[in-house]
Amino acid sequence: MRFKFTYKTAFTSLRGRMSRSLLTILGIVIGIAAIMMVSAAGKGAENLITSELSGLGGETVVVQPGKEPKGPSDFAQSLLSDSLKDRELEAISRKANVPDLIDISPEIFVSGGASYQGETVSATVLGFSAEFMMENMGLKLAEGVNFDDADIGSKSAVAVIGSDVREELFGTEEALGKYLTIKNKRFRVVGTYAPQGQAVFFNVDDLIVVPYSTAQTYLTGEGHYSQFVVRASSVDVVDRMAADITRTLRDLHNITDPEEDDFHVETQQGLVDQISTIIGAFTLFLSFVVTIALVVGGVGVMNIMLVSVTERTREIGLRKALGATDRDILLQFLTEAVMLTGAGGVIGVVLGSLFSYVAAIAVRQFAGLDWGFVFPYMGAFAGIIVSVLVGLVFGIYPARVASRKSPIEALRYE
Amino acid sequence: MALLLAKNISKSYEDGTVALDRASISVSKGEFVAIMGPSGSGKSTLLHILGLLDPATVGEYRFADVLVSDLSGAEIASLRNGKIGFVFQSFNLLPRTSVYENVLLPLVYSQVPEEDWGAKVRAAIDAVGLSHRIEHMTSLLSGGERQRVAIARALVVSPEIIFADEPTGNLDSKSGTQVMDIFKKLNSEGKTVVLITHDEKIASFGKRLVKIRDGRIESDIVQKTS
Repeated sequence: MRFKFTYKTAFTSLRGRMSRSLLTILGIVIGIAAIMMVSAAGKGAENLITSELSGLGGETVVVQPGKEPKGPSDFAQSLLSDSLKDRELEAISRKANVPDLIDISPEIFVSGGASYQGETVSATVLGFSAEFMMENMGLKLAEGVNFDDADIGSKSAVAVIGSDVREELFGTEEALGKYLTIKNKRFRVVGTYAPQGQAVFFNVDDLIVVPYSTAQTYLTGEGHYSQFVVRASSVDVVDRMAADITRTLRDLHNITDPEEDDFHVETQQGLVDQISTIIGAFTLFLSFVVTIALVVGGVGVMNIMLVSVTERTREIGLRKALGATDRDILLQFLTEAVMLTGAGGVIGVVLGSLFSYVAAIAVRQFAGLDWGFVFPYMGAFAGIIVSVLVGLVFGIYPARVASRKSPIEALRYE
Repeated sequence: MALLLAKNISKSYEDGTVALDRASISVSKGEFVAIMGPSGSGKSTLLHILGLLDPATVGEYRFADVLVSDLSGAEIASLRNGKIGFVFQSFNLLPRTSVYENVLLPLVYSQVPEEDWGAKVRAAIDAVGLSHRIEHMTSLLSGGERQRVAIARALVVSPEIIFADEPTGNLDSKSGTQVMDIFKKLNSEGKTVVLITHDEKIASFGKRLVKIRDGRIESDIVQKTS
């Protein structure tokens, strides 16, 4: 039989059993929709994280106290470690030690919030260099000015605040020149940031940035820093700079065995790699679940095809009596199976994209993340190929059963 | 030259039942043969073997001078398609399809060029007097009309021979007579017809009457047709 008619026959037969056909492919539809959603989510998350991190600047590295955390206990040890002090800051800043460095600022995290005239707000208080912050994180000032190196040198009690902090403490009032209180120390507001939204690790709008020297003296009262943020002259020399920093600190601390490190240097690329690995593992796991769903769906298709073959024994017998070969019958049923699962694949791709699209809007709306919908071409392509393969694999057995029926047995069947 | 030539063909099943026991029959072009026998006599088995739907267990059968046991499945399918037309007791039309589509079915499996299909289908439907019903769904037709659709389907490939298995078994006597008149007319135009029945009245349409009982051919006589 000509292929055009194999296709027509299969189509007519499926249309005649519309509701059953739709129920048969439900498993495939769900499986393929899941593939679409998993790959759309994976792509979306990767794009989000990569763009947020590159917002921090690929040429930026972070030096943190304690050795590189590999488990929960290492994180605790990293928080308690006090290996980064002025001595280390000075050593790294020296051009002879780290020639690729063009800028460095220590950072201090201060727990607790701020208050103004009895109004209290929980905020992330950061002892930092405001200029460094602006340049490296792409922040914009809405009002006022940044504090500068002179303020850092003189340990001025000044602060630049995020838009949410400004809103909650001052409302529509003028904020510049007002004094807010952090841990009983009064800070004069010199600038406010434009609304920025969620960055990867904290919300810029919740930020209060004060000079690190001031934070160290009045807020924490300790001699060590939470971390150093260091900028290289270009992305290409980041790895070399990280190595220079490592060597400098090891010399300073007389460390010969890397296992004994009481600090670690993190590049942005390292972070991106880490996160990509996590997303990859997650995607792999979900793909495994989806595979199981597709196998279950395929077995369902096979089951219904077998029922259909039995029901249509007379039709098969008639077609054979009229001249259909075994191959004609085999192709007819195989075509039906592939059309069924293929249609399931297409419906799955459409539904999956639709859900992912809606989910992306919801995430943007409610979580405030810059989560874009990316149509996963690979996922769509793979989904349709896989659904056709499922039809071939699970359709071949029922089709063989059909093709082997003898015309006599078939015609006698009531 | 005999169109069908069966020598001592038998059909037995694994459980030991013998459906056909050393039957020999020869049918020439243009004959109208009625095979008659009670149910279970083996007449259907004989028709199935002669119509290439089922192989004989032993014996030699030639169709149009070709030894059937030498043919592959695809070759047999192609003979069924091009040289043989079947008409069944229960019509065996496809559900949810029109008269036209039913009659078209054998052509879909044939080597006939697609541009000739329409003319052939219309000619076959015309031959059974159903031109006015061509686009109707077969489920809306009467039993007699359905059987005429089945005859048109058998005719559409211009076969050498038509096998009919109790073609009037599900029909009232009036439509039964109509259907038999069609077979008579086809035979007078030169078509070979082999039909089986257990009804003497129907059997009397045949120019030749073969009686079969317990798998054996009992008698084979030329008769005057009514």
